[in-house]
Amino acid sequence: MNVVYVLWLREVKKYLRSRVQIVASLGSPLMYLGVLGFGLGPVFQRAGEGKYLQFMAPGVIGMTVLFTAMFSGIAMLWDRQFGFLKETLVAPVPRLLIMIGRTLGGATVAVLQGTLIFVVTLIAGFRPASLLAVPLAFLVIALIAVIFSALATAIGSSIKEMQGFQMVMNFLVMPLFFLSGAIYPLEGLPRVLAAFTRVDPLTYGVDGVRGLLIGRTHFGVALDVAVLLGVGVVFVVFGAWRFSKIEA
Amino acid sequence: MTARGRSTRLASARATDVIRVQHVVKTFGKVTAVNDVSFDVRAGEIFAFLGPNGAGKTTTIKMLTTLLHPTSGALELDGLDPTKHQTEVRRRFGVVFQDPSLDSDLTAWENMDIHGVLYHVPRQIRRERSQALLAMFELWDRRGDLVKTFSGGMKRRLEIARGLLHTPKVLFLDEPTLGLDPQSRNQMWTLVRNLNKVEGVTVFLTTHYMDEADRVADRIAVIDHGRIVATGSSAELKQQTGTDSLEGAFLKLTGTTIRDESATAADQMRQVSRVWRR
Repeated sequence: MNVVYVLWLREVKKYLRSRVQIVASLGSPLMYLGVLGFGLGPVFQRAGEGKYLQFMAPGVIGMTVLFTAMFSGIAMLWDRQFGFLKETLVAPVPRLLIMIGRTLGGATVAVLQGTLIFVVTLIAGFRPASLLAVPLAFLVIALIAVIFSALATAIGSSIKEMQGFQMVMNFLVMPLFFLSGAIYPLEGLPRVLAAFTRVDPLTYGVDGVRGLLIGRTHFGVALDVAVLLGVGVVFVVFGAWRFSKIEA
Repeated sequence: MTARGRSTRLASARATDVIRVQHVVKTFGKVTAVNDVSFDVRAGEIFAFLGPNGAGKTTTIKMLTTLLHPTSGALELDGLDPTKHQTEVRRRFGVVFQDPSLDSDLTAWENMDIHGVLYHVPRQIRRERSQALLAMFELWDRRGDLVKTFSGGMKRRLEIARGLLHTPKVLFLDEPTLGLDPQSRNQMWTLVRNLNKVEGVTVFLTTHYMDEADRVADRIAVIDHGRIVATGSSAELKQQTGTDSLEGAFLKLTGTTIRDESATAADQMRQVSRVWRR
């Protein structure tokens, strides 16, 4: 059995066994969906932008993927001192394979969570423009998952203390989410804010998913995918490099 | 064979030395964790590093297990240099760290299996040996249970079982009975002595428990402040210092017993983990 497969399978097994955590982690996106969705819905509609729920659903899916992927980075930090990671670091296996197995596993879990949220949005009334677009949208979601799973691996490999990770969560993950156009349109933004949104990989992810699912896109799906692929390659290489530098 | 150069060790190195450490130094910035340490471990023996926390025991194990590079000096495990032949050396040892490295969300069997895959143990052998080891360590009945339901002693036993899956030449045990109750400690000692006899595996353990070193080890190296103060069997050390207990010998050799050291980030995380432990 392949090393990558076994490490990938491990992440998926752990996810599928953590039923309580799965339900709990749906809470946050559900709140955004419910509170913002129904709260700001009327305003959005009056501004002539259509149904806010339709607009927001891809954003909430993107948010879920981002958060789940970054949390797997926290798990890695804990793992490093108290768990399984040390076992992999001392095994006669190239670090690259270990990093790939973990990152793919983390990305898969993020996609699974994203899928769950997608189903929830459907229940709440979200309607994709076409059924054919859904598998394509999932490819883009998978790209987002890989990007942030790799980033989480890079961060998890570089930080030694839990406090460091709290800082990352507050000063990196939340800005990534809020500056991504997940909950507001990208048109007509003040110049500085617009600049920030362009630097955020999640912006292109959410825009791509939105483009495929409801036909509304700011950059064009092609550009979105191109940017995601490029950023993906860079982050995976960066993550692999940081992982190889771990001194236990 | 590596050239030995000038050596102040009493015993000459044997061809059956499984571990050879010569004048190894490890510094972390201004801190010298290991300060010119030299020793040999013979094949098939149980060798103990006895010393207080912060003496350099874990750092030495990390260097031998390829996790750290020495600042200077030479290391050899089964004739190979851990810094130059990482993968080859890793096949030859198993290690049980001070902090658990099991996956608590997986079953005992799954933990064994992943280890087998990581160490390229062929599937059939993997299965047979996992079965044999789990039975030997009285964990066969719990093989399908999640590790998070195991007691501290059981987890430790599983880690040792796992460490032996790929038939290593050396088994490293870093503080193997730390945090265990007296019965589990006793069980562990019997287990370690047994598998040394049955499997023929060389055991390198670190400890700050006198009784552990006394009861389990064939030879002991007393380490303090990163230096080896004395090496020999328990009887030899008592004779050298003219005392009748290992504790007395240790006191004579090092001058003090317990000392305070500053908490590291690892210690802080250990405290947090204790709060959340079952």
